[in-house]
Amino acid sequence: MYKYLLATRYLRTRFIALASIISVMLGVATMIVVNSVMAGFSVEMKDRLHGVLADVIISTASMNGVADAHRWMDMIENIGGDQVEGMTTSVEVYGMMTFKYANEPITRPITLVGIEPRGKASVGPLKEYLGSYQDGLRDPNSDPNWELTDEAKEYRENWVFRGSWEETAEPNWPEFEETSESTTTTEQTDSETPNFAEGTSPAVTPPGNEIENPFLVEDAKQQTETDPTAPHKGRAYIGHGLISYQMTDPKTGEVVDRLMVRPGDDIQLSTVNTAMPPGPVSLGVTVVDILKTGMSEYDSNLVYCNLDYLQDVRGMVHPGTNVRDFTTIQIKLKDYSQAGELVKKLKAAFPPDMFIVQTWEDKQGPLLAAVEMESAILNVLLFLIIAVAGFGILAIFFMIVVEKTRDIGIMKALGASASGIMSIFLSYGLALGIVGSGVGVALGLLFVSYINEIETGLSWITGRPVFNEDIYYFSEIPTMVSPWMVFWVALGATTIAVLASILPARRAAKLHPVQSLRYE
Amino acid sequence: MPTPQISAVSIQKSYRKGELKVPVLKGVNATANKGEFLSIIGQSGSGKSTLLHLMGLLDSPDVGEVRLEGQRVDNLPSKTRDELRNRVFGFIFQFYHLLPELTLQENVLTPLMIRHPIWTYWPRRKHYREMALEIIDQVGLSHRLKHRPSELSGGEMQRAAIARALIAQPEILLADEPTGNLDSETGGEIMDLLHRLNEEQQLTIIMVTHDESVAASAHRTIRLAQGQMEQVENAA
Repeated sequence: MYKYLLATRYLRTRFIALASIISVMLGVATMIVVNSVMAGFSVEMKDRLHGVLADVIISTASMNGVADAHRWMDMIENIGGDQVEGMTTSVEVYGMMTFKYANEPITRPITLVGIEPRGKASVGPLKEYLGSYQDGLRDPNSDPNWELTDEAKEYRENWVFRGSWEETAEPNWPEFEETSESTTTTEQTDSETPNFAEGTSPAVTPPGNEIENPFLVEDAKQQTETDPTAPHKGRAYIGHGLISYQMTDPKTGEVVDRLMVRPGDDIQLSTVNTAMPPGPVSLGVTVVDILKTGMSEYDSNLVYCNLDYLQDVRGMVHPGTNVRDFTTIQIKLKDYSQAGELVKKLKAAFPPDMFIVQTWEDKQGPLLAAVEMESAILNVLLFLIIAVAGFGILAIFFMIVVEKTRDIGIMKALGASASGIMSIFLSYGLALGIVGSGVGVALGLLFVSYINEIETGLSWITGRPVFNEDIYYFSEIPTMVSPWMVFWVALGATTIAVLASILPARRAAKLHPVQSLRYE
Repeated sequence: MPTPQISAVSIQKSYRKGELKVPVLKGVNATANKGEFLSIIGQSGSGKSTLLHLMGLLDSPDVGEVRLEGQRVDNLPSKTRDELRNRVFGFIFQFYHLLPELTLQENVLTPLMIRHPIWTYWPRRKHYREMALEIIDQVGLSHRLKHRPSELSGGEMQRAAIARALIAQPEILLADEPTGNLDSETGGEIMDLLHRLNEEQQLTIIMVTHDESVAASAHRTIRLAQGQMEQVENAA
């Protein structure tokens, strides 16, 4: 009985115990905060990495693709039809993208993916990534398609009738007039200029535009004849990072994104056809939407265009039979945990020299492993913090034992056993650990739930953003608290506190009563 | 002759001081019968406190035996000796030795708290508290229940220590210079209290002192000098 009374009494009266409690508390709170943020980051990262990738991806070894998607899809249906929720074919190929900005042609390397929007949406998120849905320009219930939004159409028409518009324009764009001097406006004006693909713009016909693509030219000619505002047959969703740049607004000091290409503009894509040796093909496409996945890896690399047009241009259609080639089959599963098994079966069924079967995690393996490794190392380092707290407790307890030598003698004289004395200090350590980790857990959870407010406060105090949204693409710091993590951290800290008190407790228990009483 | 309640038989004890072995007791005999008030007198370093500690099982002799009701107890396992200290002996020290973190009442209750684990103590805590109140009242400290030792005077602390020794209902009270730190008046009060306990409850008291006048009030006095018995005097 006296053990508990004394342990709690020591806890309340020893000021120095507060130091141990605080060190345990800080350790626990830090671990919880860092773990939650790391978990939040890695979940968010995983989400983004998964992003445009379907659960299981079957890609052909050659970029030229393989014919007859239906046959292969039937095969997948036979192997694991009950697990498949959605399936779509696409063509993935490398290419280049060219657009005009400030009268300069800008060329970027891209991954060009021919998709069928509805099919793509059935194997993973697509709508969520499209600018028009994000900005509410499209009905959120509508399926993604290759039609221009009304805004994009209007923008396009405005520029097709540019000449007349400029003459008759009343100053109903006041800021345009007022700030026409400033550089910002100049850039704005530039970005307003739609980049008509050379193929369609009647004004510009540069040399070297005798493209090896009969489809495009023919198609484009047809369109210009009938309706100058009509978009190209080729349509594209372009990655946001490909056509934007960041600049600091000189007035507000804020970092803003500037788009160099907008929905309604025309751009030029080039890639290779399936001939041997491969020849270059160009396709003029109208930008329908901007793709914002939040992963710079995708955003600065991906261009989606309409699958059938890409197949036409690349010569992936067999003339007689009209059978089309594909390079990828994307599969969405009902239950992702079954993926490994399905992949194994698919690998057995698909000839390995023609196809590569992967889950999205296989594809992003190194990145995912890096995230996991990071959090593991961080945890080890953080646990050292608590270990340091443990040594603090050890030292403080030794002090307390020395200080309490006489009291220990008294208790022994009154009949306390060695193990009883030892358990005073062990329960003291336990109490320290429990109180310290209890307060630490509370503090940590509080910190996590207010982390964004704290970040704002810190940014305000230091005058610079602590968490730069542009770097991470997250509008706020993502956190995820797992109850088990909290439990293990608290348990670990308490265990360390108890372990640290063992040595001093043993020493206290071994004290000789007469000798300890003699000190005066 | 009946078996004495407690006896120390030809006790030898020496302490180590580094390499040196310092003999403290060189063959001492002491006995006390039930209800006897025995005082041990001697100068500093004569070994009187050591003798008391040995008889109270706080330490074990190098040679010799400590017997309780004729049975040897100094070689019992430490658990049993802890138990004996708790149940048979009550200790009073020169420097009171109260636990500074506890209130007077809690200090008095410590022997019971040590004796009982929490699950048997808790249900009976009311009863024990009443017991403590009664004993505290006996030593005249009822008005100081919630005070810490640091808020008490020397005499009050010593009375609290006596109350603590009494609550365990010991058979033998071992007092190590109980008046050594008190002025003569308060010392007298403490001695009166001890005498009253000795007479009313037939409590055996063994008291160590260096003060002749204090020792004189005992039934019998053992005089120690340099670790040896000088003489045994019977009080008049």
